[in-house]
Amino acid sequence: MTSAALDPLAWLILLPMFWATLAFVLGLGRGAWLAIIGIALQLGLALALAGRLLAGGVPVHPVGGWGAPLGIDLAVDGLAATMLLLTQAVALPLAVYARSYFTGDSSERRFFWPLVGFLLAAMNALFVSADLFNLYVTLELLGLAAVGLVAAGGKVGQTAAALRYLLSTLVGSGAYLLGVAMIYGAYGSVSLSTLAPLVDRQAPAAVHLAAGLMLVGLTVKTALFPFHFWLPPAHGGAPAPVSALLSALVVKASYYLILRLWLGILAPLLAPGAAIAWLAGLLGCGAILWGSFKAIGTPNLKMLVAYSTVAQIGYLFIVFPLLGRTSPGDAALQGSVLHAVAHALAKSAMFTAAGVLVKATGQETIDGLAGVATRLPLTLFAFALAGVTLMGLPPSAGFLAKWLLLGAAIGQGQWLLVAVIVAGGLLAAAYVFRVLRHAFLPAPVAVSSRPVPRMLEWVAFGLAASSVLLGLRGMEILRLLAAGGSS
Amino acid sequence: MTTGMIFAGSGAILFAMGVAGVLLPTHLLRKILAFNIMGSGAFLVLVGLGQRSGEPDPVPQAMVLTGIVVAVAATALALALARRLQRLTGRMELPPEAERD
Repeated sequence: MTSAALDPLAWLILLPMFWATLAFVLGLGRGAWLAIIGIALQLGLALALAGRLLAGGVPVHPVGGWGAPLGIDLAVDGLAATMLLLTQAVALPLAVYARSYFTGDSSERRFFWPLVGFLLAAMNALFVSADLFNLYVTLELLGLAAVGLVAAGGKVGQTAAALRYLLSTLVGSGAYLLGVAMIYGAYGSVSLSTLAPLVDRQAPAAVHLAAGLMLVGLTVKTALFPFHFWLPPAHGGAPAPVSALLSALVVKASYYLILRLWLGILAPLLAPGAAIAWLAGLLGCGAILWGSFKAIGTPNLKMLVAYSTVAQIGYLFIVFPLLGRTSPGDAALQGSVLHAVAHALAKSAMFTAAGVLVKATGQETIDGLAGVATRLPLTLFAFALAGVTLMGLPPSAGFLAKWLLLGAAIGQGQWLLVAVIVAGGLLAAAYVFRVLRHAFLPAPVAVSSRPVPRMLEWVAFGLAASSVLLGLRGMEILRLLAAGGSS
Repeated sequence: MTTGMIFAGSGAILFAMGVAGVLLPTHLLRKILAFNIMGSGAFLVLVGLGQRSGEPDPVPQAMVLTGIVVAVAATALALALARRLQRLTGRMELPPEAERD
């Protein structure tokens, strides 16, 4: 191992903290370039880590030279490396977008860069932590930074949405912490590597209760139906770059943790096809149907995209009844991680495109979109391409993800899940075409269009195009996911 | 019943009361206070269950210290948001969830 001071694992957390603090010291609204350079470096570090993992290494970093069980370990496996890479790869274009999006001295811009830095630091720390309590701290940091970003606009709707979000996220992480406390009480350790051999089928009832509490808490934070109530106002009301960050990445962080616990230390407690797995799967089905239904009905463009997130989160949970019947590298798991990646790219594209449309028309309603097809063809094309991924049409990454999920569901004869997966694609088509139909209507005579920086349009297009083209490179992601032994 | 279990049991009760307090009342200050009670409940469970045969265990105590810092930060953020909301709407309550249009 190279000298510990240069370990990319530690710098993925330190670097965003460093530039966030520097941006804060520079003053209100400053530090855009600092952030863009910082995230570019982080992307390089994440790539280096992925390379090391693919070459057969298992990167582990004992913080301060104190390893587990006394100290805190940072570790990376295929799943963590995939999420790290995804986070930096989506955050970089969003930072470029945000630099052009915030103009003048808007209150939203004032603390944007420091908060984004802390958000990324918390997220990267969450992906690499190998310790239940450290995970709790990163969850809270992530929640606080995200709430700060939602509240930054300072309007009544945004403040109320931020408070709702804060209270939900605090209850969620509170339940998680209680679970951690009970696990510590049973085994006297919070290190994942120490706990893994200790937890078995004969675990005391307290451990089962702890597992339930942790999973429920994380589910609230992931906004799975029926805990989704806080998500649409928070994601729909925030400025476009913030909505994109939250919808694309932040909800995936707590989902990642559910997946990691489910496949890792909690695996012995969960028999294949256990009732709790079916509960998660059925709630996922409910999320797909309810979120799509609300997205089809809402008059507001950004709320439509936010409800679409509620629906797409459902797909992430459909996987649980299908997991664990085959080896760790099974198709259901691959499908759900690919779906997380595809959705992150598509949803950031959709929110950035929606941000351009709202900025150009000055209206937030879908009815106000009439005529944008002729004025902003590139942005509308980006929105439609992102829609292609959400619907799951080939050759998009969304198609590949749904294909793997469908294959696993059909292979196990779970026809209910098959029906919902297919129906979700059709419902996504319904709400995407609703936007496109209004965009192609002729513009009213007295409509005024404001000029929009070209950079905004190109970022939205780039994200959308990558979500579609990633379908052709899906195998590389699956190879990285399988590297280093998925835990 | 050992003292550790008494601590843990009362912690669990406090936690449940705290969750009910966050969900049920409409006054924001009560919600924020209830969140603190909920957090304290979790900390009591952590310290109570951490005791092995009456010997205090330093690791959960360090965790609780970290947890208190997090809870203070979260409370400060919640209070700042609640004050902002009160200045804008004149009420210490969340406005009813209406479809934005």
